[in-house]
Amino acid sequence: MTTRIDTRFAALKKEGRAALVTFYMGGDPDPETSLKVIKALPKAGADLIEIGMAFTDPMADGPTIQAAGLRALSKGITLEKTLHLVSEFRKDDHETPIILMGYFNPIFIYGVEKFLADAKSSGVDGLIVVDCPPEEDDELCKPALKAGLNFIRLATPTTDEKRLPKVLQNTSGFVYYVSIAGITGAARPDPQKVAASVARIKSHTNLPVAVGFGVRTAADAAEIAKSADGVVVGSALVEAVRQSLHADGRPTELTVGAVTSVVEEIAKGVRSVKK
Amino acid sequence: MTIQQALNSFRTGPDETGHFGKFGGRFVAETLMPLILDLEKAYAEAKADPAFEAEMKSFHTHYVGRPSPLYFAERLTEHVGGAKIYLKRDELNHTGAHKINNVLGQILLARRMGKTRIIAETGAGQHGVATATACARFGLKCVVYMGAVDVERQKPNVFRMKMLGAEIVPVVSGSKTLKDAMNEALRDWVTNVHDTFYCIGTSAGPHPYPMMVRDFQSIIGKEAREQMLEREGRLPDSLVACIGGGSNAIGLFHPFLDDKSVEIYGVEAAGHGVASGMHAASLNGGKPGVLHGNRTYLLMDHDGQIAEAHSISAGLDYPGIGPEHAWLHDTGRVTYLSTTDQEALDAFQLLSKLEGIIPALEPAHAIARAVEIAAKKPKDHLMIVNLCGRGDKDIFSVAEHLGGMA
Repeated sequence: MTTRIDTRFAALKKEGRAALVTFYMGGDPDPETSLKVIKALPKAGADLIEIGMAFTDPMADGPTIQAAGLRALSKGITLEKTLHLVSEFRKDDHETPIILMGYFNPIFIYGVEKFLADAKSSGVDGLIVVDCPPEEDDELCKPALKAGLNFIRLATPTTDEKRLPKVLQNTSGFVYYVSIAGITGAARPDPQKVAASVARIKSHTNLPVAVGFGVRTAADAAEIAKSADGVVVGSALVEAVRQSLHADGRPTELTVGAVTSVVEEIAKGVRSVKK
Repeated sequence: MTIQQALNSFRTGPDETGHFGKFGGRFVAETLMPLILDLEKAYAEAKADPAFEAEMKSFHTHYVGRPSPLYFAERLTEHVGGAKIYLKRDELNHTGAHKINNVLGQILLARRMGKTRIIAETGAGQHGVATATACARFGLKCVVYMGAVDVERQKPNVFRMKMLGAEIVPVVSGSKTLKDAMNEALRDWVTNVHDTFYCIGTSAGPHPYPMMVRDFQSIIGKEAREQMLEREGRLPDSLVACIGGGSNAIGLFHPFLDDKSVEIYGVEAAGHGVASGMHAASLNGGKPGVLHGNRTYLLMDHDGQIAEAHSISAGLDYPGIGPEHAWLHDTGRVTYLSTTDQEALDAFQLLSKLEGIIPALEPAHAIARAVEIAAKKPKDHLMIVNLCGRGDKDIFSVAEHLGGMA
C-alpha cells in the first residue's frame, strides 16, 4: 500500500530536498478561517499538512498550542468538523498528504472503527496520536494500519537504542523525531544532537525521518533539513495566528496571510538545503 | 453467571500491561514511556526488597504516627441508631491526611532511583503538603503544581507547602483545578526527564501508578482489618470511603475485596447534584474514556472533550477516577454512591459537634452516606468509615458557605 505520504517523500527525495511539514490546529480561530488557512498552506510551501484535533487536555503541548485548541473548541470545533475540514480541502487538492494529530480520547469517544472509516473517506492519510505508545498498539495503531492509514510514531530523546525497534515496529509513512525532551514550542534543539539522533534512527529504518519541536525560523529549518528528511513547524504558525487576531479572538483580514508568510519564510530555509 | 461470580479474586490486578479489566493501561507520550517502564522495574525491585519495607515501616511508626487508631464513634452511633460506626483515623497522620502513606513510599523509591527533583500535582493541597514534607525530610527539591482556583480556596495548605520549602506553581490553564495541575505536572516531567520523579497523589495515571499508590495506601485497610479483629473478634460488615481519584478508598478496600461478607461503598462528590451537571461523580455521571495515562470513567461531552468537575471539596474536584475503581464498579464488587456539597457541609458539622472531630470536606462526603446506610442496619452491624483527612484546611471555606455562623 502506497499512501500520499510515501509518494510525497519519494518525490522530494528525487528533487533533492527535505519536506516542510506544517502543523495547524483545526478550527483555529474558527472553522471557516482554519479551512482558508489549510487551503493556502501548499501554495505557501507546505509539503505535508498536520491538522491538530483539538482537545481540552493536551498533555504534551505548550501554552501556544493549548490556547489554539481552546480557541477552536470555543468556536465549536469537534472531531467530526475537523474531518469535514479535510474533505473540503480534498475537493481541490488530491496530492498534499494530510495527517491528523492529537490525543486518543476524542477518537475513542467517536468510535475507533467509525473514525478510521470516516478519516479515510475524508481524505486523511495518516495519524499521529500522542498518547498511544507502542504498548497500546491494539487500541488504534493496528486498526489504523488495517484501515489503510499511516500511523506515524514519535521517537524522542528518551527512546534509547533498545526501545527504538519497538517504536518503529508498526510505524509507517515517516518517523516523527521529537528533537527535545519537552512540550511543543519549547526550547530550540541542538542541530548536532539532532543530526546524530536522525542518523541513529535511520540505521534502524528506511522510513523518512521528520524532525519537530522548537523549529521557529528559516535558519532553524535549514539546519534541521541538513540531516532530516522533513522539518515540522507548528507553534510558530499558531503563534502567528494568535498575533493576527482581534482582542476578542475574531480573525482579521491579516490572519490567513500571517500564517502563509511564516510558512513561505520557513519553506525558503528548508529549500535552501540541497541533498 | 455474573462477572463477580466468575472471578476467583478481586485482588490480583492489574495484569502485566497495567489493566484492570478494560481499564488502566499506559496512554502516555513516548517521551515518558521509558520513564514509566523504569519506574515499574524499580518498584518491582523495591517491593521484593525487605530493606525497602523495613525502611518504610520505620518511617510509618516514627514519622507518620502509624498505626492510626480505629475509633468507635459512640455518639455518632447513638445519634444514628443503627450500625456501630468506627472511624479509621488517618486524619491523625503527620500532615493531616492519608496522602503521606503514598508519598513516603514514592519518595523512598525516588531516592533508590537516584532522582533529586520531585514534582507533584495537588487539589486540596494535602498531597502537596505531604510531598513537600517528605522532600524537606530527605532534602529533595520539590515543585508542586496547583490549580489557581485551588491556590485561592486552600490558602492554609499553600502556606504550609511554602514553609516546607516547596515551590508552588499556580496553574492557570484550562479549568485551573486538579486536572490542569496534573496536565502541567506531566508537561514538567516530559521536560525534565533525567532528574525528576513524578509523585502522583492518587490511584490514577499510567501503570504502574494506580497499582503502586494502592499498595502504599493499603496499609489503611491492613491495619483496619487487624484492629477490627482485635476489637470485635470479626471482620467489619461494611466499609465507606470518599472518592476523588480514589486512593484512600482503594487503600481501605483492597485488603477486604475478597471477603464476600463485607459490603463496600465508595462515595463520589455530587456537587450541586448529579442531575445538575455540576458534579465530580465520574462513575455515576460519566463514561469510559482515556485521560492522564489511563482508561477510566471520565466526565466529558459528546465529543470526548473533558468536562470541568465541580465540588465544594478541592480534593474531589477531578473529572476522573482511578482505573481500579472503574473496574470494581463494572464488576459490581463495590457500590458507588454520591454526596452533594450541602450534604457534605451538614456531615462536616455533625461529626464536629458529636465527636469533636473536624473532618476534611472530602471524608465528610463519606460520613454523609455512612450515616444514611448505618441507620438502616442492625445494631450489631460493624461499619468502618475512612476519615482520611482533617478539616483544618477547610474551616475558612466552610465558614464562607455557612454565612459566617461558624
